[in-house]
Amino acid sequence: MADELMLEIVTPEKMAFNGNVEEVTVPGSEGEFGVLRGHASLLSSVDVGELNFTKDGKKTYYAISTGYAEVTSSKVTILVETAERSDMIDKERAKRARDIAESRVNKLSKEDDEFDAAKAALVRATIRLNVAEKG
Amino acid sequence: MAALKDIKRKITAVSKTKQITKAMNMVAASKFKAAQMRMENFRPYASKFMDVLNSLALRVSPETHPLLAVREPKKIRVICMTSDRGLCGGFNTNLIKATERFMAAKVKEGKEVALIPVGRKGRDYFRKKATIMNERADVFGKFDISLAVQVAKDIIPPFVKEEYDELYLIFNEFRNISVQRPIVVRLFPLPSIGQDEDVDPDKRVDYIYEPSDEQLLDQLLPMYVRVLIFRALVETSAGENGSRMAAMDNATRNCEDMIGSLSLKYNKARQSAITAELMDIVGGTEALAKG
Repeated sequence: MADELMLEIVTPEKMAFNGNVEEVTVPGSEGEFGVLRGHASLLSSVDVGELNFTKDGKKTYYAISTGYAEVTSSKVTILVETAERSDMIDKERAKRARDIAESRVNKLSKEDDEFDAAKAALVRATIRLNVAEKG
Repeated sequence: MAALKDIKRKITAVSKTKQITKAMNMVAASKFKAAQMRMENFRPYASKFMDVLNSLALRVSPETHPLLAVREPKKIRVICMTSDRGLCGGFNTNLIKATERFMAAKVKEGKEVALIPVGRKGRDYFRKKATIMNERADVFGKFDISLAVQVAKDIIPPFVKEEYDELYLIFNEFRNISVQRPIVVRLFPLPSIGQDEDVDPDKRVDYIYEPSDEQLLDQLLPMYVRVLIFRALVETSAGENGSRMAAMDNATRNCEDMIGSLSLKYNKARQSAITAELMDIVGGTEALAKG
């Protein structure tokens, strides 16, 4: 199809996704952005967040961590350190992980060295859970 | 007939050892396959990453970045990446020797050297011999990119805060299944990127950068450090198992040789025992006949 876009999601462990899609939504560090075929060339860093794409009218969700996205008019390459498809995340475990992260953040004071790390872990865990629930 | 029994016992012992080395060889082979696969899977990520980094480095001069800051090297840190387990031939020994040589040379130049061991073998060896910090042992059983992220977290902030001036990474480069070579890579200050490589001008795309190109470089350089570390990790894990495979294969073969020569010895001893017994009987009957 003429209005399709090639999408590659690459992590250090594997090629998480490789195929043609209609639309991609990427959690850029400056805000979420959607990409259709014919997008201007763009290089953006990507934050921990939710990435989704539409293929044959169906949406697929991924929880991804930091990296960057390279967009050209017909191809999107996402290089991130982890990418998990929604149905590959164990909901129960994700929920437990979020609860643990939450209690850690609550215990630490803002001045603590580990506070930022705990906060980041909480954000990651929350996103994973959200994505898992969409799968 | 004590000698006979002893030989028999030895044969049993050696064949049991052989079973173990053979099993270890097979375990290492399957682990090696997995590790090799990881290496293959990592390649597209690494090469794509380098493409982008190079094209970015052409646009922004990266000299100003703190991770590229060249200072007079007074304090040096060295990451020594070994495996956690032994029984893999000269894999760790060679690496440790190379690390020692490197450190000794730097100390001779009057530099202050600290060691960051990754992997238990290196940690155990250097524990009492060198200044150790941020050690990471027992990590290779199951690791992913988060290990590289942790190691990077240990090394990046102190360098930016100028707590040390140079960082070297020593690990076994994976050449092929039977050849691994210790190599020394300078991590900090990062060697300049993209300058001398001629990127094909047709391939250069003028991107919109989001956030600005400088900020993007700011985020990409720590990622680059993690890519370098992760590469070293997967190569170490592949090399370790490849080396163990070869070592165990050798050991199995040696066991077979030993069993062969021991069996020969056993049969000879048995034969001479029988002959001796026969001689006794013959001697006995002759004596009776004479009597």
